[in-house]
Amino acid sequence: MAMSDKIEEKLYQNRYRVDEGCPHVRIDASKVPSEQLKAMVDICPAGCYVEGENGKVEVVPDGCMECGTCRIVCQETGELEWAYPRGGYGILFKFG
Amino acid sequence: MAEHFDVIIVGAGMAGNAASYTLAKAGLNVLQIERGEYPGSKNVQGAILYANAVEQIIPGFRDDAPLERHVIEQRMWMLDDRSYVGSHFRSENFNEEKPNRYTIIRAQFDKWFNRQARDAGAMVICETTVLDLIRNDAGKVVGVRCDREGGEVYAEVVILCDGVNALVGQRSGIRSEISPEHAALAVKEMHFLPREVINERFNVRDDEGVVIEALGTVTSGMLGTGFLYTNGESISLGIGCIVSDFVETKIGPAKLLERFKAHPSIAPLIRGSEVKEYAAHLIPEGGYNAVPQLYGAGWLICGDAAHFLNAAHREGSNLALTSGRLAAETIIALKSEGKAMTEANLALYRQKLEESFVLKDLKKYKDLPHTLWRNKQFVTTYPELMAKAAENFFRVDGVDKLTKEKDIVRSFRKARGVLGLVGDAVKVARAWR
Ligand SMILES: Cc1cc2nc3c(=O)[nH]c(=O)nc-3n(C[C@H](O)[C@H](O)[C@H](O)COP(=O)(O)OP(=O)(O)OC[C@H]3O[C@@H](n4cnc5c(N)ncnc54)[C@H](O)[C@@H]3O)c2cc1C
Ligand code: SF4
Repeated sequence: MAMSDKIEEKLYQNRYRVDEGCPHVRIDASKVPSEQLKAMVDICPAGCYVEGENGKVEVVPDGCMECGTCRIVCQETGELEWAYPRGGYGILFKFG
Repeated sequence: MAEHFDVIIVGAGMAGNAASYTLAKAGLNVLQIERGEYPGSKNVQGAILYANAVEQIIPGFRDDAPLERHVIEQRMWMLDDRSYVGSHFRSENFNEEKPNRYTIIRAQFDKWFNRQARDAGAMVICETTVLDLIRNDAGKVVGVRCDREGGEVYAEVVILCDGVNALVGQRSGIRSEISPEHAALAVKEMHFLPREVINERFNVRDDEGVVIEALGTVTSGMLGTGFLYTNGESISLGIGCIVSDFVETKIGPAKLLERFKAHPSIAPLIRGSEVKEYAAHLIPEGGYNAVPQLYGAGWLICGDAAHFLNAAHREGSNLALTSGRLAAETIIALKSEGKAMTEANLALYRQKLEESFVLKDLKKYKDLPHTLWRNKQFVTTYPELMAKAAENFFRVDGVDKLTKEKDIVRSFRKARGVLGLVGDAVKVARAWR
């Protein structure tokens, strides 16, 4: 089983309230992906980052746990626009 | 929401609830703002709760706070791929009338704690994210802006208890960004098992708990630790390493967690469990040197947002609780003397922190995070060597004991060299002093 499938299985346990059409993490697609951004494909704990065929990195933050790791890893490259989801949206830990 | 408050508190985690409860109980007009659906819905912890810090705020908390088990046994394990060597400390003294440490579930504990603040008179608004601080012409903070229509609220002073990402302080320019070397990323799962099964596996009675901290090859050469804590009917299991190490190794934290779960010393403890949640969170581990400016005109900063975390002892919630309480007590003292919330007057907060264990402990270990980060052998090579040495020592195979001892010494020397060993001893001693 591929690693991303494993993560998906894990995220399946979690509760989310997704803010449709309002992603809280965005990538500035005009830039060439930095090493830091590429690293997120491997280290985002929710597997939100994927590398496309064209070498571009894409983010789908639906399963995001709002840890902030990608935010601090990419802070210097300026590629990420990162905010907390609107109040009440996003991950809702039952236990934490 | 055009009302004017005495104090606005951002966040309803450990620090925010401690501040909110203390201020409301003293009769101040408090507004607390939390972005989660309910207090605790965004929060992740191991989680060990240190009773003393809560007792200072709510002496009778044991009567109705949601507590899982009190800790009677602490295990420290050093793992290599197939074995562990370590210590277990268990004492009947921990079965005291008012136990010292408990395991908790944050989503439940935070909800309960916030209810106490509300009952004491604090006004709490959830599902609302604070975006930044509002200042007057003189630069003094006079309120916050929220992500709601007309979401500007005003107060004499704002306490920032918004946790490790500390976005409000950063975006308002009062603190700098946390660096990847100063933060650990932890992932955690909740494994459910019947109470009797946990009791049996960990050799405890109802309400007695065991905590395990693990170092070694499970972090794949990165600076970090794994943990396993027993709750009433579940086990909290997780692992965390420094973010910059993750970037370097490109090993996914989820993969690390899977390996930890599969380790022969961990797997039997969670066998047959049902996993009900997977969580991730950062931990501020830069220590004293990463602590930002703590107060200014009209604002104070507490808990993880202030980088108050003692990584050497895995304490954070108690520093958050204590700093939240001290921030509240600072404001109560100034108010009662009719003093304004100026930078000079709020300096009292720093003074209170200096006198408490919070800054004393952080200062004591100020070089430790840096020393460990630069010398990963302490958490990687040494645990592995210890495990190998123990195996060599205990295996009865016709080799005489003196030769075994020599082999062990040689293996340590080979891995680190004599100078390396001496240097390492000096480094830890210095950082620990
Ligand atoms: C995996 C893990 C294990 C840990 N284990 C332990 C342990 O065993 N013992 C221990 O003592 N410590 C432990 N810690 C550390 C401990 O969890 C923290 O130190 C503690 O929670 C800090 O409390 P806080 O109130 O500062 O922040 P938090 O508890 O993180 O609370 C911050 C609150 O602010 C809210 N918030 C954030 N931004 C905004 C905004 N803009 N607007 C509105 N609300 C906002 C959040 O939703 C949250 O409720 C652990 C941490 C982790 C991640
Ligand atoms: S915040 Fe954490 S979980 Fe969310 S996308 Fe970034 S790294 Fe992944």
